[in-house]
Amino acid sequence: MGRFLLRRFISSIPVIIGILALVFALARMIPGDPCRAALGERATDEICDAYNERYGLNDPIYVQFGIYIKDIASGDLGESFRFGVPVTDLLIQRLPTTIELAGAALFIAVIVGVPLGIISGYRHNSKTDVATMIGANIGVAMPVFWLGLMLQYIFAVFLRDTPLALPPSGKLDAGLIPVPFYEMWHLPVNGLTEFLSEFTLMNALVTFQWEVFSSAFLHLILPAVALATIPMAIVARMTRSSLLDVLGLDYIRTARAKGLRERTVVLKHALRNAMLPVVTIIGLSFGLLLGGAILTETIFNLAGVGKTLFDAITSRDYTVVQGFTLVVAVSFVIVNLLVDLLYTYLDPRVRVS
Amino acid sequence: MSDHQEEQPPENMEASDEIRDHVLIDLSGGDVSATTTGGLWRTAGREIIRKKSAIVGLALLSVLMILAIFAPVIAPYPPNEVLFDEGVAPRDPPCVHLLGCDPDTPQHILGIDGNGRDYFSRLVYGSRISLIAAFAAVLFAVFWGTLIGLLSGFFGGWTDNVLMRIMDVLLSFPSLLLAIAVVTVLGPGLINAILAIAIVTIPQYARIVRSSVLSIREQEYVSADRALGVSRWRILAHRIFPNTLTPLIVLATLGVATAVLEIASLSFLGLGVQPPTPEWGSMLAAERNQVFTAPHLVFFAGLMIMWNVLGFNLLGDGLRDAIDPRLGK
Repeated sequence: MGRFLLRRFISSIPVIIGILALVFALARMIPGDPCRAALGERATDEICDAYNERYGLNDPIYVQFGIYIKDIASGDLGESFRFGVPVTDLLIQRLPTTIELAGAALFIAVIVGVPLGIISGYRHNSKTDVATMIGANIGVAMPVFWLGLMLQYIFAVFLRDTPLALPPSGKLDAGLIPVPFYEMWHLPVNGLTEFLSEFTLMNALVTFQWEVFSSAFLHLILPAVALATIPMAIVARMTRSSLLDVLGLDYIRTARAKGLRERTVVLKHALRNAMLPVVTIIGLSFGLLLGGAILTETIFNLAGVGKTLFDAITSRDYTVVQGFTLVVAVSFVIVNLLVDLLYTYLDPRVRVS
Repeated sequence: MSDHQEEQPPENMEASDEIRDHVLIDLSGGDVSATTTGGLWRTAGREIIRKKSAIVGLALLSVLMILAIFAPVIAPYPPNEVLFDEGVAPRDPPCVHLLGCDPDTPQHILGIDGNGRDYFSRLVYGSRISLIAAFAAVLFAVFWGTLIGLLSGFFGGWTDNVLMRIMDVLLSFPSLLLAIAVVTVLGPGLINAILAIAIVTIPQYARIVRSSVLSIREQEYVSADRALGVSRWRILAHRIFPNTLTPLIVLATLGVATAVLEIASLSFLGLGVQPPTPEWGSMLAAERNQVFTAPHLVFFAGLMIMWNVLGFNLLGDGLRDAIDPRLGK
């Protein structure tokens, strides 16, 4: 087990180095001069020379790469051209929004997708099964930006004066400013406490700001549902096909033959094995969620990683593009590593072999 | 190595060819070798016709194909013609004479877009862009992916290691994010969006081809070829490549669906197809702020994207079940 973990961990190191190199190369290949992009009309040749000298842009490319690696190792992702603040500060502000959104979406995908998959796998070819699979096929095919816009229309316009009406964009009602927990509890302000306080729902919950909590919760529903649809459909399909496979195995027949209740057979014996591939799929959909977050955040006007990254690309804010892409890719690698570890933990066969 | 083999005297060549044919005939009965491909596809064709989902997928795609091919006949107006001279206003609601719309107003069955163009005509022409772009992206990705997968799986060693680590790096980015990054480097536009999506999906094809190659490489008929002194390139081209096609075609069909979605997503973000070209994603983006007042302009473009994706997904699922029932249910 320990050897497996170590091997798996070591094998992700070249990938992370590759990601660093690719992100560095992509950022250097973006057309346009970083000095002119940063300074705009103020950029004269002399100023740009000084600028390039100061940021090391005149150095040979391998020296630049070395400095870039050294900076990253010390947690320095550079400074945003557009906002004039360190990229890490932007990450502290924006990452929690995306984690909250992706977390909520994953939660919806799992609590809806898994039971639907179980029902349609168990009642194979029944009306419920056919309906679920048609729904899942449509769910996978829906463009997330279209679904988002349609949900906005349905819940903010069509159902406007009903109790089902939901806010179509933003993170909180206008004018509502949440008090961070560190202020309320007189804790020191540092990167970590600031980062944690940006989780609006959690911050409101632990500090009993119910108005903020309900507003944040209502604002989160539509984007989370939009983002959840594709993973939900994938999870439902995977659960169904995996359960179908397991239900045909001999040990299930044995379990039934010795007179166990059907409920126990399906939910305890079959499901435990059927969930293994589902865990992998859930982990893999993390990448899908991050990609979808770019579109969802743009539509629902949420200042998360996706929207910041997209804005940075369109406004040529290279350091932000570089830093955010790096963080997203590395966290994707880490999540995949964790999924592998979880899989090993759940499946004794992998552990033994 | 292969050159050395080809320098053998001609009579030996003939002899080995003859033996090889015998070996192949013997093996073809039990294994799915290149010689039985026709039979496999015939069986697959029969199976597909039995699968309801594949039939629905084919039907959905046939409608789109007809729209794309006969666009000039089906669309009542050219896609970029501004119709303000005909007395229309921006975002006029749909007007269908048969459904009771005033016969004096010109008929626009899905209404007018924000720039005074017939929305239905633009949707019809949009099917051309969507289909062509998605096919182009997948073909490009399949070509390079197959090449990389074949080389990697067949030669193994450091070739395999280097190529697969590069593929791992590409796979460690969420695909839309990497596509956005690539388009940013190349600049927005249809061709660059196609390239970006192709680059992002190459690893999937490379991996599946590589894993097929690894299993086929160990089959007896390949060992037989090797023992008979057939050149490495000939084995690769005539024995291994044909046998990787089955999973590749399934993956490529499903890949077209993903490509349709991603091209639309890139265009929606303003990085793909540029206006005034009628493309569903960019049409949707142009009207997204009007979703509260003219939702039909957003609704139908998205519906067309979904139609296209659904068609390829259903067809891909059907193909997979027909060719190899073990691959999924």
